[in-house]
Amino acid sequence: MSNFSIFALARNAMSYHENWQKQWRSPAPKASYDAIIVGGGGHGLATAYYLAKEHGMRNIAVVERGWLGGGNTARNTTIVRSNYLWDDATHLYEKALQLWEGLSQDLNYNTMFSQRGVMNVGHSLQDMRDIERRVNANRLNGVDGVVLTPAQIKAMVPIMNTSSSLRYPVMGASFQPRAGVARHDAIAWGFARAADRLGVDIIQNCEVIGVQRQGDQVVGIETTRGVIKSKKIGVVAAGHSSVIADMAGIRLPLESHPLQALVSEPMKPILHTVVMSNAIHAYASQSDKGDLVIGAGIDSYVGYGQRGSFPVIEHTLQAICELFPIFRRVRMNRQWGGIVDVAPDACPIISKTHIKGLYFNCGWGTGGFKATPGSGWVMAHTIAQDRPHALNAAFELNRFNTGHLIDEHGAAGVAH
Amino acid sequence: MLLISCPWCGPRAESEFSCGGEAHIARPLDTDALSDEQWGDYLFMRKNPKGLHREQWLHAAGCRRWFNAERHTVSYNFTKFYKPGENPDAAPSAGAAA
Repeated sequence: MSNFSIFALARNAMSYHENWQKQWRSPAPKASYDAIIVGGGGHGLATAYYLAKEHGMRNIAVVERGWLGGGNTARNTTIVRSNYLWDDATHLYEKALQLWEGLSQDLNYNTMFSQRGVMNVGHSLQDMRDIERRVNANRLNGVDGVVLTPAQIKAMVPIMNTSSSLRYPVMGASFQPRAGVARHDAIAWGFARAADRLGVDIIQNCEVIGVQRQGDQVVGIETTRGVIKSKKIGVVAAGHSSVIADMAGIRLPLESHPLQALVSEPMKPILHTVVMSNAIHAYASQSDKGDLVIGAGIDSYVGYGQRGSFPVIEHTLQAICELFPIFRRVRMNRQWGGIVDVAPDACPIISKTHIKGLYFNCGWGTGGFKATPGSGWVMAHTIAQDRPHALNAAFELNRFNTGHLIDEHGAAGVAH
Repeated sequence: MLLISCPWCGPRAESEFSCGGEAHIARPLDTDALSDEQWGDYLFMRKNPKGLHREQWLHAAGCRRWFNAERHTVSYNFTKFYKPGENPDAAPSAGAAA
């Protein structure tokens, strides 16, 4: 398969772009594999890619019940950052951010990763104390960050209402310059193409309907396309993790909720960074296409329907209009929901289980997109070596028995 | 917007309620004898089903009383509303109650 390059682009332009090769094969499932990844979203495809690239495994399948990246990979607001509070979380997300920085070259796929910075706005004295604490913690961990005053915010984002007459006035912000946004489709497709080139079988329209065990060893999965055997199965199923866990007889501390986002009609460039506010629950950026990408909160109830409720949209747009009065007349184009698996401490579970050969990578909740490469990287290590990497050792499932939770609600509560 | 029937007040808009998560999780009585696994299971592990789910709701902007409901987590259709202590299997279906 040929590399993407300026020469390939020119060559294909000669034939009106009608002769581009397919980016990955669509093989029929084999009878058995050395490892199977359940879930063909960004995290699952990244896991397969790093298994092949870093750990030399080639006989791998990714099974996906729908189409690649049709779940949360395509339903988020594409924000990438690593300014978490606690050491364990910061190290994990910073590993991901460092992988992002070289990802387009590594995958030979333009991920459109744009380090335009992320601004987390504070609206109260306590918000500002938390922001200063978090920025200090970040810098001690080698993660970039500064605290901005309202005047500095106004200079960067003139359209933001920083007047003191706001119901929740803007009192400052944290700013991570290396953070930014990336192209959601490109992540799924880039990882899929790169994994396929290393021999990974990507099998779409293949839903898992059962998990086969022999004693305490997993031996395969039953799917809508037949039984596939493997003694190493990594479940990277996001909102449906509990459904797969139930097939294997495992209980997870997860609840699946709909999380909504919406985009506006395209406009000329006006917002050049990402603005998020935990307190008034809104975040916005402007895509390269020109539409505003706006994220809302989760519905409070458990839900698997990929849609959200109207009160949540109203709540979010109230905050956006208050913060950016100029956006009041902008019309919204589309709205959608994704199913996020939320853990009690808002931190992921990347873990072995009590069933040998069965691994789970779940619980990313509202903030998984930013971690996609890092998540796959540590999950691949966990599967290949049958033990967690130092970066995900704190994210084992047994933390809910030991009580060593990693309370990241402060940094992860809204931020995606 | 969901239409939720409070067993005390009748059908009201979703925005009057807050959801309290999975219902019928009983606090273990023999707490001295519980293992860490049993504590973890009680505190954190959830059914999170894709299908019918029994859950707690609070009529926060109304009578401020808790009640239980059975709801499908894909269609979001409520199938039962019942008061705390009532047997959900004996409760009438939501269509009849409304």
